[in-house]
Formats: sequence, structure tokens, C-alpha cells
Amino acid sequence: MNEPVRRLSVVVLALFLTLMVAASYIQVIAAGDLNADARNVRTLYREYGTFRGPIVVDGQSVVWSKPVDDSFNYQRTYADGPLYAAATGYYSIVYGRTAIEQTENDLLSGTADSLFWTRLSNLVSGETQRGASVELTLDTEVQQAAASALGDNAGAVVALDPRTGEVLAMVTSPTYDPSTLAGHNSSVVNENYQALLAQEDGPLVNRAIAGDLYPPGSTFKLIVAAAALDSGYDADTELYAPDELDLPLSSNTLGNYGGESCSANERQTLADSLAMSCNTSFANLGMQLGWNVVARKAAQFGWGDQLSIPLAVTPSVLPDDPDEAQTAMSSIGQFDDRATPLQMAMVAAGIANDGVLMTPYLVDSVRDANLRLVEESEPTELSTPMTRADADELTDMMVQVVESGTGKAAQIAGVQVAGKTGTAETGTGERPHTWFVGFAPADDPVVAVAVLVENGGSMQGEVTGGKVAAPIARTVMEAAIAAEGGS
Amino acid sequence: MATVADVTVRTGRRSELGLLGLAVAVAVLARGLVDYHADFLELDELALYAAAWCGTALVIHLAIRRWAPFADPVLVPAVLALNGIGLAMIRRIDFAYANRGRDTDFGQVQEVWTLLGIVLALLVILLLRDYRLLRRFTYTAGVLGLIGLLLPLVPGLGKEINGAKIWISVLGRSLQPAEFAKIAFVVFFAGFLVTNRDTLALAGPKVLGMRFPRPRDMGPLALVWVAAMLVQIYERDLGTSLLLFGIFVAMLYVATERLSWVLVGLGMFGFGAVLAGTLFSHVQVRYTAWLHALDREVYSSGTSEQLVRGLFGMANGGLFGTGLGEGRPDLVPYAESDFIVASLGEELGLTGLMAILTLYVIIVQRAMRTAIGTRHGFGKLLAAGLGFAIALQVFIVVGGVTRVIPLTGLTTPFLAYGGSSMLANWMIIGLLLRLSDQARRPEEVAA
Repeated sequence: MNEPVRRLSVVVLALFLTLMVAASYIQVIAAGDLNADARNVRTLYREYGTFRGPIVVDGQSVVWSKPVDDSFNYQRTYADGPLYAAATGYYSIVYGRTAIEQTENDLLSGTADSLFWTRLSNLVSGETQRGASVELTLDTEVQQAAASALGDNAGAVVALDPRTGEVLAMVTSPTYDPSTLAGHNSSVVNENYQALLAQEDGPLVNRAIAGDLYPPGSTFKLIVAAAALDSGYDADTELYAPDELDLPLSSNTLGNYGGESCSANERQTLADSLAMSCNTSFANLGMQLGWNVVARKAAQFGWGDQLSIPLAVTPSVLPDDPDEAQTAMSSIGQFDDRATPLQMAMVAAGIANDGVLMTPYLVDSVRDANLRLVEESEPTELSTPMTRADADELTDMMVQVVESGTGKAAQIAGVQVAGKTGTAETGTGERPHTWFVGFAPADDPVVAVAVLVENGGSMQGEVTGGKVAAPIARTVMEAAIAAEGGS
Repeated sequence: MATVADVTVRTGRRSELGLLGLAVAVAVLARGLVDYHADFLELDELALYAAAWCGTALVIHLAIRRWAPFADPVLVPAVLALNGIGLAMIRRIDFAYANRGRDTDFGQVQEVWTLLGIVLALLVILLLRDYRLLRRFTYTAGVLGLIGLLLPLVPGLGKEINGAKIWISVLGRSLQPAEFAKIAFVVFFAGFLVTNRDTLALAGPKVLGMRFPRPRDMGPLALVWVAAMLVQIYERDLGTSLLLFGIFVAMLYVATERLSWVLVGLGMFGFGAVLAGTLFSHVQVRYTAWLHALDREVYSSGTSEQLVRGLFGMANGGLFGTGLGEGRPDLVPYAESDFIVASLGEELGLTGLMAILTLYVIIVQRAMRTAIGTRHGFGKLLAAGLGFAIALQVFIVVGGVTRVIPLTGLTTPFLAYGGSSMLANWMIIGLLLRLSDQARRPEEVAA
């Protein structure tokens, strides 16, 4: 009977080998999938159980993890929650993460590959695992100025440093307080979240980069002007600027804002057309240049790009192959032109930075728990949409807009401001969206800004970009110039 | 003559003492780590625990020296190491439950069961001086085994836990009589097979070049098959059923040396399992929960939730584990008993789990070695049967947790919380000690 006993031992070995293979499969090969499974609360608990790094603005933590005495160990805490919500996002046990809390999660939670050495040294020294801190490019002063200037109006403000692409301010309104979603009582969090969802004005939507896209209106004329300069036009080139422009293949005509006349003799220079935001001349100019030329210029300024700053930015869009009449409308930022406020800020920034458009970014640097620098953002060029000469010429034209044109409300005492207003028809019978894009100081810009106020906001009477958006932009630019001087 | 003095037999008792020291070190260190991570470490108490372990190990060692001096020296240390790891893990789970406001004392209860189990094993080697005595009780054992198996079906006594009716309620405690029935059956099978092996080994018809047994000799196999099927259907436990049937087929093979028995047996069991899965919805539910554990509908219906949570736990442990006290084994229902393997996999990692499985392999291989060294057919069958019983039980439990086979309600020997399993498995160790003592004892000393 010895031979079958030996064989039985081999069977036993085979059985155990099977178990070992199965355990290896679960604990090594399938472990990644199992750990990432949404039903795996363990991952959640572990993540919440460790110290999550803070989010820092101007050296101050605006989001941090406070030790608490419950099963999650730490409570995510938001100082000035509503002010920074668009950038920070929330961190919720029920609804997960958004914005920086999501995109930089690996770093904040301490699991990123770049933190490997930190983890290793913590392991050796016996310190507990702590996440890295993420410093944003936001400037407290500029962000606050933008938020208070926008007030309760629905809309968005984006301010960029045109020299680097740093996002100095990103404000969306209405906003929300991430604290209300970061609690550890899931029924309360659930209630708060549902309440935010139920609000018609969508406080959870980041209008600056990822809300509904907006028709850019007359601010789009900057693109057409840039395309014209590229095609041999200059500021003094006279354009055909009738009171009413016949739209080809259509019985419709296009007039100017308020039925005004651009010029007595139907001729107007490019610079004057931009300054007073003449519709007929730019519509005609767009048709003359051809939609391909205009669209190519827009693409160079970032239209259609899938940016992540690292928050995902909705690509701005242009109509595909419009006919002549549609080209005319598209050339004044109507028809199917759509843009995010960030896109319009990038237009201003590209012009401001001598025609070189820097890639916008929101994360300045990442430091581990021992304050060792882990990552630091380097400014990168996204594209060069204009030559330096063309950019200078367009800047001069934009200065004229603010000094004597539609954007006078953006003037800052002692500082030359370049800008462009926009009053975009929504096509729904509601009041137009009002825009202002610009930068300052015109000769050596430190800030490029785009302001959007949905449907003109709370202002009574007739609303235009010059009346509603320009003063907000001025406040933001003033704050940025002051901050630049101070630093 | 003077030359006789040269015949010294290595009893292995010194090696055993050294290995016992290692096992005690594992047990005490594990306990210390658990207490440390629970912020509960008190050195006096740990010293007391260490002293208790040392004392216990020493008593076992001396008892074996006295009553079974030639017993296998590896068995007890391996078992004690497993037992120590199990105790630490169960204590750790007590702490985890306490953190969530659930007051349990599984750890302390299990310590008592461990001591009782050890006492039982020592009683076996003290009272059973010759394993051959057991052969006289072949049919008594068979009847006892059957009673044990059927007890949970007695109304008022049987108790359903976690879907399986393999429990009885005695004096407010739950017992798994099948754990003891298992031993009785091994004794019965060994006695029965050693008597009838010649008949059963007779050649029958030849099919596909392999000689199969005569149909008229199929009686015993058919009977055990029916019993196993009844257990699976009425007690709703595939584990006990598979264990019982598997032990019988393995012993049948050892007795007859005929592979055809194994094939017939496996075929019958496979057929029965498929049939039960088709005919009975509760069996089918278990199969579905096994095969489609991660499917959304199956998971949300709750039937595979425990299994999947166990998988999550093990995945969380990864290669090296979270460390004792650093994981969340309490997120798996029955983390201290049915799913202790998942708990260990989480906190000790694949590495720890491999070590634990290896300890089982060592125990089983020592049993097989004993079977080979034993001179009598009954003893060979008994040792091989007991060894295989441990192996198959571990395979069924761990296989259930790791999704190799459907999940069952059996417990992991020596690790899982539970008195019946602890007592029964220590009893098996007692028997193996006795068997190995007689197997390794030199003839002249035995005479």
C-alpha cells in the first residue's frame, strides 16, 4: 500500500499548489483590479485613514486634513471653501473626488510613483504615511478680487499670467462649499449634494473651464483681426463697413449693435472697427479672409485643444464648414462659435505675450510631507499664434478699445490696458452674455483676463460687455498688478 | 552482546524541543504585534502569555517523551505554530470588532479551546497505547460517524448558520458534529477497507484499456455517495459532503491500489454535484455565487458578497500584507472563522499565506510518511486517511475562499475560531502521534 500513499502525497501537493496559485492570482495578478473595484470600501477606508496632503495657495493651506476621532481618522477641511471650490473640488466619502482633489489624488494621498522614495524613507524611519502638499498657481488677492467683483452674477473669471501660463484666478459663480460634501455622515452629505444638484443655476458646474460653452460674441473679433494681420492687413487697412451687410445666399441682413452706423462713408480702418466693435466690417472681413484662415488662427489660440490644467478643460468649438452667411455670423462670434472663459483668457494671454501662447496650468509645485520638492511646473509654450510685430499691433488696437472704444470701463489710472468687449446673443431670447477679455499693463503685461457674465447678470437695463464685464476685469487686473508690485 | 549498544534510535525529541521553541516564538511575537498595533501592549501580560505557551509546549514535550517517545517530532511544532498564528489573528479581529462597537471575546474562548484540544491529544496518546485497538471498534465508529453526520437534521437540535445546517446546539454552544464524525469515518473506512480490500481490488470489466471494479463491489462506494449527496442537499453543505466522499475515495485507492476507483468516485461525485445544482435552487445559488462572484447582479443579491469582500481583503494584502493590525479584516463577515484565511492573507500577505499553507503541507506529509512507515494495513490506512482529511479540509476551505471551488461552511484546522474543529483536529494529531510513535519504534523496543 506504500505506492498509493506516495501518489496520494503527490495529489496533496497538487491540491496545495492549486491553492497557492489561486492565492497568488488574487493577491498579485488580480489585486490591482480588485483594489480599484468601486465596491471595495477597503480602498476608501484606507485612503481616508491616511493623512491627505493639503492644497496650498500663496503659502497658506486652503484645504487640509484635520485629525478627528471617527473611523475615517481625518476630516477634510476647506477654508474659504466657496472661493476655491472651482479649483480644489471636493473630497467626499459618498461622491468621490473632483477637480484638484481628483487629478492630484495620487500625490495628495501619497501613493504616487514620484513619492516612492518618500514612502521608502518613511518606512525605514517608521513615520506614518503622509500625502504630499499641492501648491496652486492661484493668487489669493486676484482670486478674491475676481470673486467679489463677479459677486452673485452667474458667470466666470479666469486670470492668467501671460508670461508663464499660471492660472492666477479661476472663479465660477454661483459656487458651493466643499465642506458640505466632505462630512463623514453620508446621509447629511447626500442631502447637501442633492440640494446642490436641485439648484437650477448649477453651482457644481465650473463655468470657467467645463460648463456650457458660451458664444464669444465680439471678443472673437480678436481672432479675426489676428488672422487679418497675418494675411497682410494692418491696423490702418480700410474695411468695408456698411450700416447693413447683405448676407449672401440669404434674405437676411446683418446690422451693428443697436443699429448704429460704423462709419459715414462705409469705410473704416481695422483698428477703428475693433475699437467700436463694428459687426458689418468684421463679418465682411471674415468672408474675405475665408473661414479656413479664421479657423486656423483660432486653432492656434487653442480652439479644439483637449487641455488639462490638470483639470480637464472642455475644448472650445467652431462651426465646421459654414456657408458664406454663417461665416459672416461666425466672424463676429455668433452662430456656432463656442468658447470657455479660459479659452478667451488664452486669446488675451497669447496676444499679451508677444504672440507666444503659454500652456495654462494650475499646479505650481508639489512637496512631500517633509517639504522636499517633488514636482515643480515649468512654463511651456503651447503655440505661437502670432508674430511679435502682429501681436504688438493688435495690442495697440486693443489699447484703443479701452481708451476710446467700447471698453472704457476697464481703464485703470496710470496703467495702459488692452482689451476687447463682447456682447453675445444667446439666440434664446434671453439677455446677451457679456464678455471682456484683456490684459495689462499693455506694454509689459502681468495679467491676462477673461470675464463672462451670463445674461448680463443682475444689472438693470441694457447690458453690454463694456458695461457689465469690463469693470469686473478692471478690478481683477488691478489686483494682479498690485500683487505683482508687491511680490 | 556488546554490539547491541551501537543501535541507538534517534527519537527526534531534541529536534522537537527546538522546533517547539520556534513555534512558541511565532505565537508570542504575533500576539505582541497584534497588541502593539492595537495600542494594547502590556509587557507583563505578554510575558504571562509567553510563559503559558512555554509551559504548554514543555508539558506536551514531556508527555510525548513519556508516552510516545518515538512520535514524529515535526507534527506538534507545526500545529502549534498554526495555532499561535490563529490565536493572534482572532485576538486582532476582536480588537477590530471592538473598534466598531462590537464586543467579542473570540480570542479568549479560542485559547480555552486550544488548551482543551491539546489536553485531548495528550489523552489520546495516554489512553490509546496501541492504535490497533481501534480496529475492534470499526463498526461502532461507522455508526457514531453516521449519527454525528445526521445530528444536525434532528429537529430542535440542529441549527442553521450562514445557510448551512451542519451545526447542533448543545448547552448554548454551537457544535459541528461532522468534525468528529470525520475521525470516526476514517477509523471505520480503515477497518472496513483493510478487511475487504482484496474483494474490492478484484478485477472487473475492462473499459478503454483500464480495468474497472466489479459492479457488485460498488455497494460501499454507492452508500457513501448517497450519504454525501444527502449531506449536500439536506444540510446544504458541499464542504462536509466533499470531505467525507473525498476521504473515502482516497482511502479506497490506498487500500486497493486501483486508480479506477478514483475515476469512478470522482465521476459519481461530479455527476451528483451537477445534478444537485440543477435540481435544487439553494445549491444552484451557491454555484452561481462561486462562478459569477464579481457580477454586479450576483454581488448585489448578496449571495457572493462575503466571498468578494474576502477577495478584496486578500487583494489589499498583496505580496507582503498590510501587517498584523494594519488591515481591515473585519470588513469581511466571519473574518475570525470561515474567512480567517482571507484575514491572514490581508495582513500577512501572499508571503504569510504561503508560509501557512506550507505548514499544512508539512503536517500532511508527516502523516503520509507515518503511513508509509507503519507496518500494518490498518495503520497505513488510518494515517493516510487522517492526513488526507486535514489536507482536503484545508483545500476545501481555502479553495472556497480563493474561488477554486464553491464556498462552504467548513473551518480551517487550527486557525479558525471554533471549538469542534479545534478539538477534532487536535484529536487527529493525537492519533498521528500515536501512529508515528508505533511506526518509528524499533522492533526490539516494541516487542
